[in-house]
Amino acid sequence: MQTMQQPEPASAIVSVSGLSKTYAGGFKALKDINLDIRRGEIFALLGPNGAGKTTLISIVCGIVNLGEGSVCVAGHDVVREFRATRSIIGLVPQELTTDAFETVRDTVTFSRGLFGKPKNPAYIEKVLRDLALWDKRDNKILTLSGGMKRRVMIAKALSHEPEVLFLDEPTAGVDVELRRDMWAMVRGLREHGVTIILTTHYIDEAEEMADRVGVIHKGELILVEEKRTLMQKLGKKQLTLQLTGPLQALPPGLAAWDLELHGDGSELVYTYDTQAERTGITALLHDLGAAGIGFKDLATRQNSLEEIFVNLLRERT
Amino acid sequence: MSLNLSAIRAIYGFEMARTRRTLMQSIASPVISTSLYFVVFGSAIGSRITEVQGVSYGAFIIPGLIMLTLLTLSVSNASFGIYFPKFVGTIYELHSAPMSYIEIVVSFVGAAATKSVIVGLIILGTARIFVDYEIVHPLWMVGFLLLTSITFSLFGFIIGIWADNFEKLQVVPLLVITPLTFLGGSFYSIHMLPPLWQKITLANPVVYLISGFRWSFYGIADVSVGISLGATLGFLVLCLVAIAWIFRTGYKLKS
Repeated sequence: MQTMQQPEPASAIVSVSGLSKTYAGGFKALKDINLDIRRGEIFALLGPNGAGKTTLISIVCGIVNLGEGSVCVAGHDVVREFRATRSIIGLVPQELTTDAFETVRDTVTFSRGLFGKPKNPAYIEKVLRDLALWDKRDNKILTLSGGMKRRVMIAKALSHEPEVLFLDEPTAGVDVELRRDMWAMVRGLREHGVTIILTTHYIDEAEEMADRVGVIHKGELILVEEKRTLMQKLGKKQLTLQLTGPLQALPPGLAAWDLELHGDGSELVYTYDTQAERTGITALLHDLGAAGIGFKDLATRQNSLEEIFVNLLRERT
Repeated sequence: MSLNLSAIRAIYGFEMARTRRTLMQSIASPVISTSLYFVVFGSAIGSRITEVQGVSYGAFIIPGLIMLTLLTLSVSNASFGIYFPKFVGTIYELHSAPMSYIEIVVSFVGAAATKSVIVGLIILGTARIFVDYEIVHPLWMVGFLLLTSITFSLFGFIIGIWADNFEKLQVVPLLVITPLTFLGGSFYSIHMLPPLWQKITLANPVVYLISGFRWSFYGIADVSVGISLGATLGFLVLCLVAIAWIFRTGYKLKS
C-alpha cells in the first residue's frame, strides 16, 4: 500500500482508515483502504466496474455494513454517530430508483423530511429550478425521461443541503446536455463549500472535474494523486504506422525517437505524451519521409484504463 | 441526538398518501367484501342459526369479520410498505438517512396499523346497516383493535423484509393468515366443534384474538380474556424480538 500524505485533521472531511469489506459470499470488495478527503475538494474515485467504488461510498453513506476499520465524516464515526454523519451527506446512486407514482416536488420534499430538516419550500423550489425541474414539479416521476429522473435523484440528494455529496457514476447513460448541466452544478456546489466525491470509470471525466483522483482496482486503493500529476503519468498515447514495406531494424537516423517495431517490422509504434507542449508527430513524420520510410495507414490510441491499471500494479510490485 | 420525528412524519405521510391514492383498493374493497360476508353468512346462514351463546348470529360474526380484515390488511399493508422500497431500490434512501431502525419500524408499522384501525372502524359502521349490536366493553374493544393492528403490522413488516419476491409476499397472508382466521372462530364459537377439534383449535393463535375481541363486544368468550390478552401480547413481543434481530444483523436489508 502506498503511503498517503496525512493532511491536517481539520481539512479531512471524510477519513477512511484500514477499511476492509468482505461480502457474505466471501468476495473481498475492499482491502485495507486508507483515504482522506479534504473539505471542499472534488475527488474522483476512478476504477473499472467491480473495483469496489460503490461499496466504498455505500459504507460511508450507511447502505452497506462496515467490515473492518473505521470511517469518520466531519469527525464523527459513521457507525456510532450515524445521525451526525448521515445528516450532512447527500448521495446520488448509480441506479435510477424512484417512487414512480410520486410527484417530483413531493419526492424531493420527502427526502428533506427523511434527513430531519424542517420544511423549506423556498429551498426546494431553488433546487428544482437549478436542475431545470421546476416545470415538472407536479408531474409524476414515471412520466419523466431517464435524464429527468437522474435530475430528480440529484434534487433528492441536495434536498437537505448536504456538506458532502456522493455521485456514483453520475454520467452513466446521460446525454451531453445533462452532463454539462451536472458539471456546472458540481462546480457551483463546490463554490459553496460542498465536498464532492464522484466515482467514474472514464479518465476524461476525472480529468475534467476532479482536484484529486484516487485509483481503485480489485478493492485496493492503488494511488491517490493530484489530478495534474496523475494525468502526466497516465497521459501517454501511441501512434501506430502501417508501413508500406517491413523494416529489419530502425534506421540510425531515427534513434532519437521513442519508437518500436511491431508485427515483424511492418508496424512502427511511437509513444508520446499528450500533456506535453509538442507531441513531435509532425517532426517524426518529416524524419520518416527523409529516411525514405513510407506508410499506408496510421492510427492513434490512448492507454486504456485497464492498461493503466496493469501498469500501476506492475509498478507497485 | 433526539428522535428524527421529521423522518417518521415523512414516511408515515408517504404511506398514508399511498392509501389515499389507492382508495378503492385500500378502503372500498374491505367494505365490499365484508358486506358480502354479511349477506352470505349473516342473512343466508344466519336465518338457520338464530343465536350463538345468546347473541344473534349476525351480530356474533361482527368481531370475527373485523379481525379477519384486520389481520389480512395489517399484514399486507405493512409487508408491502417495506417490500416495495426494497423491490424498486428506493430503500437506499432509508439506509442513508439519519434514521434509527426504531424510527423506520414506527413509521411503517404506524401507518399500516392506522389504516387497519380505520378500515376496522368502517366495517363496524357498515355492520350497523345489516345488524344491531352493542359493545359491552368499548375501551377493551379499542384496546384489542389497536393491539391486534400493531402486532400484525409488525408481523407484516417482518414478512416484507423476509420476502424477496412477490410470491413470498402473498404466500403467508394467503396460506397462513386467512386459514387460521377462518378456522379461528370468525364465524362460529369453538364450542360448536367436536371435542377433539376444540382442543386442536386452541393451538391456533387467532382463536385468542377473536375470542378476546368478541368478549369486548358481548361479554362472551371461548377462552378467558386474560389468556386472550396474554397470547396477543406474547405474539407482539415475539414480533418485536424478531425485528430487533433483523435490524441487529441487517438480515436481508444490508450486506
